[in-house]
Formats: sequence, C-alpha cells, structure tokens
Amino acid sequence: MGVERTYEEINEKIRRGEAVVVTAEEIIDIVEEKGLEGAAKEVDVVTTATFGTMCSSGAFLNFGHTKPKMKMHKIWLNDVAAYGGIAAVDTYIGATEVRDGDPLNQNFPGEFRYGGGHVIQDLVAGKDIKLKATAYGTDCYPRRELETWISINDLNDAFLFNPRNAYQNYNVGVNSTNKTIYTYMGVLKPRYGNIHYSSAGQLSPLLNDPYYKTIGIGTRIFLGGGTGYVVWNGTQHSPCEVRGENGVPKGGAGTLAVIGDLKNMSPEWLVGMSYLGYGCSLAVGIGVPIPILNEEMMKYVSVKDEEIIGSVIDYGTGYPKGEPEVIAEVSYAELKSGRVNILGREIPTSPLSSYPKARKIATILKERIQAGNFELGKPVQLLPSADSGIEFKGVKIR
Amino acid sequence: MEICKRFVLYFPSTLIEKPIIYQLIKEYNLIFNILKASINPHQEGLMVLELSGEKDDFEAGVEYLKGLGVKFQPLSQDIIWDESKCIHCGACTTLCPTGALYIERPSMEVHFDGARCVVCEACVKACPVRAMVVKFTA
Repeated sequence: MGVERTYEEINEKIRRGEAVVVTAEEIIDIVEEKGLEGAAKEVDVVTTATFGTMCSSGAFLNFGHTKPKMKMHKIWLNDVAAYGGIAAVDTYIGATEVRDGDPLNQNFPGEFRYGGGHVIQDLVAGKDIKLKATAYGTDCYPRRELETWISINDLNDAFLFNPRNAYQNYNVGVNSTNKTIYTYMGVLKPRYGNIHYSSAGQLSPLLNDPYYKTIGIGTRIFLGGGTGYVVWNGTQHSPCEVRGENGVPKGGAGTLAVIGDLKNMSPEWLVGMSYLGYGCSLAVGIGVPIPILNEEMMKYVSVKDEEIIGSVIDYGTGYPKGEPEVIAEVSYAELKSGRVNILGREIPTSPLSSYPKARKIATILKERIQAGNFELGKPVQLLPSADSGIEFKGVKIR
Repeated sequence: MEICKRFVLYFPSTLIEKPIIYQLIKEYNLIFNILKASINPHQEGLMVLELSGEKDDFEAGVEYLKGLGVKFQPLSQDIIWDESKCIHCGACTTLCPTGALYIERPSMEVHFDGARCVVCEACVKACPVRAMVVKFTA
C-alpha cells in the first residue's frame, strides 16, 4: 500500500529533530526525480508561503485603563482612525484606514502615504505611536479626552486578526481603455500596456492544498514573522469556483482567516503599503506547512507554475462594473517569464506578490520545523470545500 | 575620443532665459538628447541631458556650464533605490520605460541599474513601499 502518516507521527519526528522538510519549490524536482511514491516515502512536510498585500488585515489592541477611567468612543493611532465600537479600551486598527487629513483622491491619483497598515508596521517595529481618544463620559467611565504615546510593549494585548488572507489564486489584471488606471493591482497602463498578477503560484499555500485537506481551523502557521493559526475560512471563501483537472482553481477561491500574537512579529513581514490612486494596505507574510499524510497530498504539493492558471480580467471595463469577464487564461509560468502572449499581443508582466520573500518564508518555516521549534497543528475542523455548495453572492440592492 | 554622459542640470532662475543649450551645440560641437526638462514655480530649471562629443569639446562644454553657475551631477545618483525597503513585489518594473528597474530570473528579485535610469520618476509614487527616492541635492 501507499504511504500513510498521521500528524502525531510527524510531530514525534519533529520533536526528535528527524522530520524531513522541504519547500514547495524544492519538492517539484524531488517528485520529478523520485516519483510521487518515492517522494512521499521520504518527505514528511512541505512548506508553502506567500508575501503580498492583504487588505482584509488588522489588529486588536488593549491599551489598559486610564485614571480616571475612560470608555473610548473615537480612537486614533498616529491620526489613523481605529474602531471604538468594542469594550472601553479595546480597539481594532484596520489595514486600509487612511490617516485623517489625507487628500485621498482629490488630487488624483492620491498617494495615500500613511494608514492602518503603516501603524501596524510601526507598532511591530517598537516605535512610539500617538494615541488620541475621545469619549462622551459615563458615571463609571468619566474621562472624555486622552492624548498620549504608546508602544507595543505598553499594551496588555496586541494580536493580528486578519479576516481574509492568502487568497487561493487571484485575478490577473489588465487595462483595455485609453487611459492609465490606478488600482489595487497597481498602475495599469492603457491599451493592454502591462499585466499585473498577485499570487506566489507554486509556493502559495492554498494552491498546494487545493481542496483544504490539511489546512483548517487550528493549523499552525508562520504569520508576520511569528507564529499564528488559521481560525476560520476567510471572508469571501468561495471553494466552488472553476477548477482545472488538477483541482487547482483558475481564479480567486478559498481564503483564510488567521490570528497571531503581534508582539512576536516583525516589521520585515508586516509592511505598510501605499497604492497610488487606490489607498493604504498591509503586506502580510504567511507560511503554511503541509503534512504529507499520503501520496495524494504529495501530488497536490508537487504542483508547479506551468499547471496553475490565472484568469485575466479587464480592470478598465468589466471589473469596476462588477461584470468581470475572463478575457484570457495564462499559466503562472508564462506570467513569471516577464511577458505573456494574449489577444494577439505580447504584454510585459509584474508580480505584485513577492516571490523572493515567499521563498524566504518557506525556508524560514522549514528551518523552524527542522529545529524542532514548530510542530504541526492538526485541524479541529476542515474548511468548506468544493462539495459545500457555497455560492459567492453580491449585494442585492433594494 | 568620444565621450557620452548623462547629467542632471539645475539652472538658477537667472539663467532660465539664456540659450545655453544652443551654445553647447554651436560653440562646443556637442550633441545632446533632452530626457527631461521642467521649470518650477520659483523659475528654477531642471534638465536631464545626455551629452556627447569629442573629449576636448566635452570638457570645454562642461567648463562653460560650470562657469555659468549651472549645478550638475551624474544622472545615476538622482533616483535612489532603497534596497532595505524594497520587498521585491515588482510593481515598478512594467512602469519603468528603460528597463532600469527589472526582475532577475529565476530569483524573481527586483534590481535597479542606475545607468539606464532617465529619472522619469514613474517608479517613485508607484512603489507601494516608497523604496524609490528622488535625490535633489547636487
């Protein structure tokens, strides 16, 4: 019979420092050389990773109480508004919130120099952050105003909680119109002048476990330089999208909600982003280990860029209208080559998702597991998969 | 021996109306290619220029510019790539018209070749982490 392994067996090997761990890039050659069975016999864990802009990210913070006490109503961190609609001195700072007073797109295209993503990066870097809060005052929380400085070490709690990260595949963006457009896919030149894509392809976590057979609630991950966990499917998790014969979705499909202690993270792996004409965000580094429970998992992790298809969407017409039409399909091998041939044109490509950083995360995670510092988390519940019947809905305006 | 170099020239407001480039052609036999030119609200001019000509003519032309009070510096120093900030996302690479910013394969790392940069500044605001910096000091 084929190879069978349990999480317990793999973790026992990790504890003994004997686990065989390789990255999702390295496994491709190993499978080519030894075949699926040979590779599955030898390798216990394959590490995957991605480093890119993930707008649905943010952090929960608890400042500790003031004297006299205050129920913070409106809150700003370095003049970036944070959410005050939870308990007295708790807040959520979201990655895409823009600093108050920013001209936004009034002087188009706006620069969006500082926002929530930058606050999170500065916090993680240990910098002082200006905290401003106002309140309406109650009998138990009389204080109405606060202006002071905080740093991450002053906080009782700081944890990253990202409701949607690590998109399984993504749109490939192009612009058919006669003017330059400024999007979350970067600056897209007129008349199909460039193509931007945003996935780590063969290194990307959910492309290596296309049916979520090992990545689920409780999976331990590399998050922002520290350790985190998958806590739910991400928002917009849409597992029933069109898939190729290898099971890999041809566009955005599955997503992850992740959590982790911000105090153990690093500004190298949480980077504030400013997209010209679009807004602020946060680039997040995520690494997910995939246990080789059997040959089937080995087959999934051996996927390579040639076999992963991205769908080209026109961000000049169909996308903003909410009627995205797939105008071409291209493989990630073509996209990574720097030029693609579609619609009778040769178009230069840019990645947006950092492949070198993803490779580095996959390597760091491999080393942590090899050193016995990182055991695998066995999911307590798997994510809804292609048989779930989940439908990705739009808003019905009424 | 022929010399070809690219410079960033800064003209004080007093020189804006003088036909300096014309003199470079007529008196010093220099060939030029204007890569970029602008005049700011204080009437100071900035010009990115590729100059070529015989060695003697070239040096005499440069002396002429210096004598007028034109400040200049080699072009490659004008846009700085802050490698420590760069996350190698590549968003700049299809916007760079000369290929000065490019992705090396198979590493997929972004590199910057200052010698090919024409200081169009397309990368500066398009870089999501602001790793491309314009340096104005001459």
